Amino acid sequence: MMDKPVNNRAWFLVLPVLLLVAFSAVLPLMTVVNYSVQDTFGGNEFFWAGLEWFDEVIHSDRIRAALGRQILFSAIILAIEIPLGIFVALNMPKKGFWASFCLVLMALPLLIPWNVVGTIWQVFGRVDIGLLGHTLKALGIDYNYVNDAIDAWITIIVMDVWHWTSLVALLCYAGLQSIPDAYYQAAKIDQASRWKVFRYIELPRMQGVLLIAVLLRFMDSFMIYTEPFVVTGGGPGNATTFLSIDLVKTAIGQFDLGPAAAFSLIYFLVILLISFVFYTVMTKDQGGQ
Amino acid sequence: MAAVAESKGRGSAVVMALYLLFLMLPIYWLLNMSLKTNREILGVFSLWPQNPTLANYKTILTDPSWYMGYVNSMIYVVMNTVISITVALPAAYAFSRYRFLGDKHLFFWLLTNRMAPAAVFALPFFQLYSSIGLFDTHIAVALAHCLFNVPLAVWILEGFMSGVPREIDETAYIDGYSFPRFFVKIFMPLIASGIGVAAFFCFMFSWVELLLSRTLTSVNAKPIAATMTRTVSASGMDWGVLAAAGILTIIPGALVIWFVRNYIAKGFALGRV
Repeated sequence: MMDKPVNNRAWFLVLPVLLLVAFSAVLPLMTVVNYSVQDTFGGNEFFWAGLEWFDEVIHSDRIRAALGRQILFSAIILAIEIPLGIFVALNMPKKGFWASFCLVLMALPLLIPWNVVGTIWQVFGRVDIGLLGHTLKALGIDYNYVNDAIDAWITIIVMDVWHWTSLVALLCYAGLQSIPDAYYQAAKIDQASRWKVFRYIELPRMQGVLLIAVLLRFMDSFMIYTEPFVVTGGGPGNATTFLSIDLVKTAIGQFDLGPAAAFSLIYFLVILLISFVFYTVMTKDQGGQ
Repeated sequence: MAAVAESKGRGSAVVMALYLLFLMLPIYWLLNMSLKTNREILGVFSLWPQNPTLANYKTILTDPSWYMGYVNSMIYVVMNTVISITVALPAAYAFSRYRFLGDKHLFFWLLTNRMAPAAVFALPFFQLYSSIGLFDTHIAVALAHCLFNVPLAVWILEGFMSGVPREIDETAYIDGYSFPRFFVKIFMPLIASGIGVAAFFCFMFSWVELLLSRTLTSVNAKPIAATMTRTVSASGMDWGVLAAAGILTIIPGALVIWFVRNYIAKGFALGRV
């Protein structure tokens, strides 16, 4: 890492990426900034509004409630998917046909378009035609994700676990693969318990990938839009309206440009902050190796 | 000792079987539905189709307004993959081989774009591409998806390139290779698997995304994901066709996944396992 030569002409190699991303990220972001400080009464006339919209967004009960739901959702997702992913990775076959077999089947949910993921669970949970809903009803459990907020939450959480736990498992599996056999043999000679092998050999080796898994899962669950939108449309009421759903409703549904833009900027800053932590952690890890 | 190992193996097999069952059941249910008629779906509850029919698939594959959705999705996904990999290759090489003014900041800035919520960009993208006359074209969606795919491709490729020793570059220069010739003839074959993985991930993230592709299209470039929503609004739900359309969107992913199965984890770790 350290002995890379300094060469400022390398900028020419980066230039295409720079131009492309500037076009598709900076330009739109400037529009957002522009809207966030202006007001309009229709047509193309805009007035300076200062920080009015930011003030409105920060004090909006609706957005605060959405943020609360969002944080709760991300916390639940991490609390379930990370331990479950580690557990699955520990039980995966190490090599051979069955390892490939498991890898391919596990990766399958990751490759399904997000709205189809929503559709799958929308159908699966229906009491009249879905296997899950029908079975629960037959067992005498009162389950209806359309009308009941708790049931809606459970459905969306189970859906997300179904969709993304494999990602955590695949990352942990890659970390486990890098442990030399000698470590396990040494543990066997020391008669280490299963827990100690996990705690002192496997967990430290998974640390790097686990951090990536936690941060990817946190950020992606923090931006979730399509899947819950297809299943519940944000309902019942506002029970499953997360930040992105709320934002799209404001921006494209009601065309409330000012508040939507202010909301976007605050949302983006939060993500930026998390990305910074992510980046710092990852590059520090690289330097240590 | 052997008995202990065997019982552990059996326990693991049970865990994996249960987990895979959990993953496959919802997909099986969709497949099951896609092979039934609407009357059977709503009338009889059965674990497998009583009278399997391919009528739902036939509806999709013979109606242009349906199958053009797949064609449109494929066009912009391939365009996006080609653009992303083409611009990311030299940039990843620069990051993996040289230090230059602002390299760390640039790398971080690229990462933030991967993390940007699509919802934030939906409206500005709509206005940007409308104002330059690209609304409802494939290239608009392909460019929009570059927002998160280019950074991803740069990160993955940089990870793979850093694994190639620099002596190879130096030897090639001594042998009189020019940079472009060295890059294409020697370097690219060396990181072929990395290019494959990066392409796979670009393909995948462009294929699964709906919010931006739906916002930027109306008729001519409408993706299959957006086409599917029309079964919902039609008078009564056309469950069978919806299920068949869903199954057809799973197939491309299932086909390509086999080729990169050993690199999936490395790709998700942004090339850093």
